[in-house]
Amino acid sequence: MSELTFEGTPEQADALKRCIDEHRGEAGALMPVLHEAQNIYGYLPSEVQTVIADELNVPLAEVYGVATFYSQFTLNPKGKHKISVCLGTACYVKGSDKILEAVEKELGIKCGECTPDRKFSIDSCRCVGACGLAPVMIVDGEVYGKLTAGDVAGILDKYIQD
Amino acid sequence: MTIQELKKIAAERADLINVRRIVREQAEKLAPATGYRKQVLVCGGTGCTSSHSLQVIEQLEKSLKELGIDDVLIVKTGCFGLCALGPIMIVYPEGAFYSQMTPEHAKTVAEKHLVKGGQIVKELLYADTVHEDGSVIPFAEIPFYKHQMRIALRNCGVIAAEDIREAIAAGDWFALAKVLTEMTPEQVIAEIKASGLRGRGGAGFPTGLKWQFTRDAKGDKKYVCCNADEGDPGAFMDRSVLEGDPNTVLEAMAIAGYAVGADEGYIYVRAEYPIAVTRLNIAIGQARELGLLGKNIFGTGFNFDIHVRLGAGAFVCGEETALMASIEGKRGEPRPRPPFSAQCGVFQKPTVLNNVETWASVNPIIMKGSKWFSSIGTEKSKGTKVFAVGGKIKNVGLVEVPMGTTLGTIIYDIGGGIPHGKQFKAAQTGGPSGGCIPAKYIDIGMDFDNLVAIGSMMGSGGLIVMDEDTCMVDIAKFYLEFTADESCGKCTPCRIGTKRLLEILTKITEGKGEPEDLVKIREIAEHMKSSSLCALGQSAPNPVLSAMEHFGDEYEAHIKDKKCPAGVCKSLLNYYIEPDKCRGCTRCARNCPVGAISGVVKGVHEIDTSKCIKCGQCIENCKFGAVVKK
Repeated sequence: MSELTFEGTPEQADALKRCIDEHRGEAGALMPVLHEAQNIYGYLPSEVQTVIADELNVPLAEVYGVATFYSQFTLNPKGKHKISVCLGTACYVKGSDKILEAVEKELGIKCGECTPDRKFSIDSCRCVGACGLAPVMIVDGEVYGKLTAGDVAGILDKYIQD
Repeated sequence: MTIQELKKIAAERADLINVRRIVREQAEKLAPATGYRKQVLVCGGTGCTSSHSLQVIEQLEKSLKELGIDDVLIVKTGCFGLCALGPIMIVYPEGAFYSQMTPEHAKTVAEKHLVKGGQIVKELLYADTVHEDGSVIPFAEIPFYKHQMRIALRNCGVIAAEDIREAIAAGDWFALAKVLTEMTPEQVIAEIKASGLRGRGGAGFPTGLKWQFTRDAKGDKKYVCCNADEGDPGAFMDRSVLEGDPNTVLEAMAIAGYAVGADEGYIYVRAEYPIAVTRLNIAIGQARELGLLGKNIFGTGFNFDIHVRLGAGAFVCGEETALMASIEGKRGEPRPRPPFSAQCGVFQKPTVLNNVETWASVNPIIMKGSKWFSSIGTEKSKGTKVFAVGGKIKNVGLVEVPMGTTLGTIIYDIGGGIPHGKQFKAAQTGGPSGGCIPAKYIDIGMDFDNLVAIGSMMGSGGLIVMDEDTCMVDIAKFYLEFTADESCGKCTPCRIGTKRLLEILTKITEGKGEPEDLVKIREIAEHMKSSSLCALGQSAPNPVLSAMEHFGDEYEAHIKDKKCPAGVCKSLLNYYIEPDKCRGCTRCARNCPVGAISGVVKGVHEIDTSKCIKCGQCIENCKFGAVVKK
């Protein structure tokens, strides 16, 4: 679990409550609620999991079990700028491992980590389906394709200065 | 909604769609009747959107407005298949195929081509569609499309993906009307059985039989599910269908619902496909509005509705029992079978589960008949298969061909061959569960059984092309990293086996391999195949086993000679500068991130291998090809 303190706002709590009410009583509600909760908070800290467990009347252990099973659910906060390097087969064959290395070197953190100032986090993903542009990385939803390791610093510069 | 109303919607837009389907001369005659002088189709699939096709559409709309053109229709479609050339834009009735569009290009096309009396802007067309003498070839006749036969992808790139009326005009929902009014459930199942359709998700199980089992299962409540958890990295045909023609999936699920006696369906789709999810939800909303989903469809008393469930990034959820656990809101872990999902599936009710591409083949089978469908393909694999061709190939994209089409046709005739004059080495099919097809099998007919016979599998249809620069030990390691990461951990053979195999392969790529490692790999693989709980573990050793079988010499080279013939495994390589090729331009030294290269201007440079981190910057920067790995 994250060591950073939980800083939820009342607006976020309200949004979560509304989402739970919408799915209450629905079969298999836990997954959609977790998706929504992560959209609201950016991650799933234990405080949020506890609310979901209580409200949906599901044991906390089960909520935690589901939240940790799926790679898209994260218990750690993400950076302001989310970087994701595709390591799917098409990208890998075209050298995306070198792109990931270059990003890690540039930011001084490893894949899966967040910079101490919470500005950047790096993740890898398996295929975003833009195989025609391989190798690709995604920064805040923006896809950068046909990359070489040399392009990385220039792209990140834009976000560093922001 | 009545069938007459459905026909009316189709009739209103039939000409519009026809212009996009027929040859140029006829299309030009038909165009005036549609009310639009020209139609511009821009790909709004994930590939083209990633290369900014939405900005192209924006610019087009702006330019048309500025030029005062109001008789040109802009249509945002799904994927055309030729993703390497995105963003793609096609102008009808001419069928002019513009590739790699930018907003500036769009402006030029609007000003020079879309205006009244305008001419095709040849220099912006995809080069393969222009003859040497300057005449334009209709894109359907270029090699990439000429060898294809589009059944599952029939409407992708033809219709506006977010408009159910265009889908209806292209033929969607008529198969549901037909089965509800003219066929009994038994007849529907018999028709699907007779077509020989087999599941496109990987295993190739006969679809009609699956429906029969679910129909025969006892229970008042049954479900129909769609597996859209396309996890195989490098495969994106399911996404393309969902983005380009979501209605065909909804319709086919309703048909199955009628056939097996279900009134509710779930689509389990990857959360990594936001555009597909959006379009599915739009299609479901529109279908409900028109009464094509919901109660008493076509006034026949048949009820059916569909929910969308998002995955959350677990590869194992493509396995049916894991997928169903996930729909129920649980950890996506598989369970032992029997009971099979036909008897005990989602929420412990009888369930029929098919893959997106399978669903997309149902409408044509019902409309054109099982006889037509079974006349395509090979003896035991009927119809067509979509391959997502990627890796070291010129025309990266989606290709739909009759079953039994040779690998060579796909790679060379359609795919355009290997770029940069490199040699074709192998193709990987079936992703992390499949194996490689070495170059010597270039003439193999691609169908379910042929691929299994040579140690690979069809899988969902990912086809990754590899050239001489791909190391077969490294690629096997890559797949094992994937399966070790994605193993759910429930059963021991898979959990431990993937980890041990990965450790051994890592050791080999680091030059620490021993001859008995190959024996160990085979032993572990055998246990995993025979005793893993689900297909993930049972098939995880396939990539390494098939690579060892077809490229045994490469494994030997890594283990005995401590060399990587493809020049990939870093620990086994060093970078050198060839003195006779070095001109002393200092580019490599300036770009070396660790200062490992020394030398003076116009003097031969040298790499200090003890400092070198083997990042490859020097190779990329050398203009004289003087840096080599060996």
